[in-house]
Amino acid sequence: MAKKKPEQTIRSDAELNRELLHSMLLQRRFEERCAEAYALGKIGGFCHLYIGQEAVSTGSLSVLRPDDYIITTYRDHGQALARGMNPRAVMAELFGRVDGCAHGKGGSMHMFDKSLNFLGGHGIVGAHVPLGTGVGFAIKYRGGDQVCICFMGESVVNTGAFHEALNMAGLWKLPVVYVIENNRYGMGTALERASAIHDIYERGASYNIPRAVCDGQDVFAVRAAMQECVDRARTESLPTLLEIRTYRFMGHSMSDAVSGTYRSKAELDEYMKRDPIMLLRMHMQEQGELTEDDLHKLDDAIKATVQDAWDFADASPEPPLEALFENVLVDTTSDAAAEAVAAD
Amino acid sequence: MPVITYRDALNQALREEMQRDDRVFLMGEEVAVYQGAYKVSKGLLQEFGEMRVVDTPITELGFAGVGVGAAMVGLRPIIEFMTWNFAVLALDQVLNSAAKLLYMSGGQFNVPIVFRGPNGAALQLSAQHSQSFESWLAHIPGLKVVTPGTPYDAKGLLKAAIRDDNPVCFLEGEMLYNTKGEVPEEEYVIPIGKADLKREGDDCTIVTNGKMALVAMQVADQLAKDGIHVDVVDLRTVRPMDVDAIKASVEKTNRCVVLEEGWELAGIGAQVVDYVQRECFDLLDAPVYRVHQADVPMPYAKNLERAAKPDAAKTIAAVRKVMYLE
Amino acid sequence: MATKIFMEALSPTMEEGRLVKWLKNEGDAVKSGEPLAEVETDKAIMELVARGDGVLRKRLVGENESRPVGSLVGVIAAPDENIDALVSEAGGAAAGGAKPPAEVVAKTQESAGATSVPQRPAQSQGEASAPPEQKTPAGPPAIPTQGQPSPASGNGGQLRSSPLARRMASDRGLDLSQVRGSGPGGRIIKRDVESAAAAPSAAQPSVRVARTGADYEDVALTQIRKTIAKRLAESIGPIPTFYLTAEYDLTRVTEMRAAMAEMGDEFKVSVNDVLMKAVATALSQHPEVNAHWLGDKIRYYNRVHLGMAVATPDGLIVPVIFDADQKRMREISREAKELAKRARERKLKPEEYTGSTFSISNLGMFGIDQFTAIINPPEVAILAIGTAQDVVVPAAGGTAVEKRVRVTMSCDHRAVDGAVGAAFLQTLRRLIENPLMLVF
Repeated sequence: MAKKKPEQTIRSDAELNRELLHSMLLQRRFEERCAEAYALGKIGGFCHLYIGQEAVSTGSLSVLRPDDYIITTYRDHGQALARGMNPRAVMAELFGRVDGCAHGKGGSMHMFDKSLNFLGGHGIVGAHVPLGTGVGFAIKYRGGDQVCICFMGESVVNTGAFHEALNMAGLWKLPVVYVIENNRYGMGTALERASAIHDIYERGASYNIPRAVCDGQDVFAVRAAMQECVDRARTESLPTLLEIRTYRFMGHSMSDAVSGTYRSKAELDEYMKRDPIMLLRMHMQEQGELTEDDLHKLDDAIKATVQDAWDFADASPEPPLEALFENVLVDTTSDAAAEAVAAD
Repeated sequence: MPVITYRDALNQALREEMQRDDRVFLMGEEVAVYQGAYKVSKGLLQEFGEMRVVDTPITELGFAGVGVGAAMVGLRPIIEFMTWNFAVLALDQVLNSAAKLLYMSGGQFNVPIVFRGPNGAALQLSAQHSQSFESWLAHIPGLKVVTPGTPYDAKGLLKAAIRDDNPVCFLEGEMLYNTKGEVPEEEYVIPIGKADLKREGDDCTIVTNGKMALVAMQVADQLAKDGIHVDVVDLRTVRPMDVDAIKASVEKTNRCVVLEEGWELAGIGAQVVDYVQRECFDLLDAPVYRVHQADVPMPYAKNLERAAKPDAAKTIAAVRKVMYLE
Repeated sequence: MATKIFMEALSPTMEEGRLVKWLKNEGDAVKSGEPLAEVETDKAIMELVARGDGVLRKRLVGENESRPVGSLVGVIAAPDENIDALVSEAGGAAAGGAKPPAEVVAKTQESAGATSVPQRPAQSQGEASAPPEQKTPAGPPAIPTQGQPSPASGNGGQLRSSPLARRMASDRGLDLSQVRGSGPGGRIIKRDVESAAAAPSAAQPSVRVARTGADYEDVALTQIRKTIAKRLAESIGPIPTFYLTAEYDLTRVTEMRAAMAEMGDEFKVSVNDVLMKAVATALSQHPEVNAHWLGDKIRYYNRVHLGMAVATPDGLIVPVIFDADQKRMREISREAKELAKRARERKLKPEEYTGSTFSISNLGMFGIDQFTAIINPPEVAILAIGTAQDVVVPAAGGTAVEKRVRVTMSCDHRAVDGAVGAAFLQTLRRLIENPLMLVF
């Protein structure tokens, strides 16, 4: 099977570009405030920021249908927002409040929204990849034409779960797009120090899976590559292994320096020259689709949205103590609970 | 009432529930073409086709996760492990995915899945293939853990497990598959979480589960010849545990022996003893004794294996001890 | 190590004891638990026992001398041990400086507990993880000053018993220290309590029958009750007593006794036995007179412990038939005889003459027609029984002669009102005049 070359970027109309810019800028501004909230102690635990990778989430999810499925890792704020989750629900979850998407039971790593078919951020590296395969299995079982997008970092490809899950997807021909967000580092270990193969998309060959690679800083490149993968899944029920090369501008998590022992400041500066938001903005300005004034207005509006999310989260109560024992199991003894499940 | 094997009782439960609900499918190693490593899924491929009876590669972690993913979006998978010894590879999916998703999604995603397969020791399979996992699994909130000992219980509880909206670990026994018992032709479902009084007597309580229920019944019959009459409380489900049944029996007998297949430390019996000391403290006439596997990996040699396993003789000795007969 | 012998409180009310007789001579070897002397208390003659092993080295009190409770009366020690200091201290101790023996015993038990930690094996060996048999401390019993070793004191003086046995004993009013344990290390278990409870007055003065529910119920005084108590006490003494007299027809009692006597000597019962059974039965239906006045509350008993006044050469004593309402007439008869005999011999143990909830006094044998008895506080009533005698009564077509008895109940008006007492006497009439009801 021929390996796919990065596609020529597809020029989109001004309105779509504005939507893409809005999506990416929302993620950026939201997470900048997350860092602030973490420093103020409003967010606790592990908190993994997505800054620098926004073109991947926005570009990928912009080609999906509402009934498609998304499953991802613990670095999940950006994808949750790009899928359309309410910033208030995401921020309240980060603050551990009752109005969070998981009512304060999940936190940063576990964003879920059933109404958006957003199947969650998962915390064990690699463990959610078989789940993505299972979603693909369910789509095929029901004879549907939906697609499941399964995001993961490049370090996942070395786990057994990844191998097992992709083998079954290839074997059973399931409509799943496995997206490797290759941000170059699994925590502090560079790709080249962890994987015997450096062109990760080549691993698809092991499972007879179509494969491709694209530039993750160029949102148009991501859209084009993803469109092809999604079409293949939807029409031919075939999986794809898509490697998207990107870079995270922040540390692995909030407890990790932005640069230091494992990567240099110089390297970081070099990559930041290809900030995906900046590239899109420059493109739009060149095309005459965006004035300085437009940009400021957009940015102000987004900042206001994020401030609103912050205020909302701050005002939301902590979960009631009764919630401690709720949702451990579906209550199969009460009629109401049974009906609620039956209605799903 | 027809007398059938434990294996056929399970087969009936699978068939009936797959007929009843087309979201139910069976997945695992050798379940389809081979008809099941222990022939529990005999005939199902022919009846339901390869989309609903699915052979997998040998990838416990992978196909357990496939089941969880499918359950998240509305299917009702039955994941067969060839034995629970192999399910250790899949524990991440059982306890980190299946057991946790409802809670950490704030109630949005339940996981209606059954993980099933033989548990515990058979004969001379040595250390890696002779382990009892109920106490491992029972430790995890978010799971239900069922261990039927008879064909009747196996069928009724498997049907309940498949209909349950939660993850259920269903532990069978290789040595049980050929055992026979009465199973009615008409439809029945046994609620999860209810113990069954398999023998009745006033002198001592034996609390047990799974395969050991058979041993406990033998013990009861043997002791009855000496005029000692014991209650056999077969828990059937170890999580949630039927504390009321344990309490009711010990209140009557004032003495308790716990018989389990697994190891001592943090075993099912440890939990039973905890309940008994708390709920029945003033009613105990003797300390609670436990019968369990010796604290060693299972040996291969016949005599050593026999010495390591809990059995009727050891249980009788324990009963006589709590009755102050020796 | 030497063991001091103190004058012990051998009855609940004893303040001083008279050493009637030494049972050991100086130089005799004694073992813990062996009787050393007979001591007369305020009620009976009791045995003073050794609290340690050794030789009775010194008797510090002569026979027929009295000493306050807590005084040093002797010393047990090793044959060659120097006890001069102890002996010279005797004067001071007798003056009241010694500690009460109860405290001394308690202390030695504490230290015993601390030194006899049960040993556990480092590791359990597999299939049966039953707790290992607790070993009794190695060597001879470690505590020479230890109190009378109870049969179940295998754990350094601490009584070992199963939780169930403790609960059963408490339900049945059994003292566990009097029960021999047959379990590991002398643990008292269910069967031991059952057999102790079944054995007739072996270790216990009486069998107390287990019942469900509490033994009694405390009811706080209502305001009106308080006022009645206060006003009436002002009127007449600390116990404002009133008296109710009734006369009962004994015809059927007489017939019944005759019929029973015909069946053989073992069925013979006295009128008094029948009356006691009737009183006990009536009391079980009238807890309002089966009660104790406790100052701020009245304790209504759900169990009937019937006191019976017995005259002895030394004076009156009231031994108790416990759970009399639960006992058959024959048991009451036998127990009453036995208690009366032992009372006259001054052999009653303290627990045999304390704890009554209601008392009767019968002077019938002295030909007294009727009399009033003095309430035995904190009880709230006592029944005085006169002599049973033939009385001419009007009958159809003339007169007839009937055997009759007069009883008078003294009632503490603070707790019992007239109508309440009368109701009790009515019930009693029904039972005595229809004695077959006592069978039910």
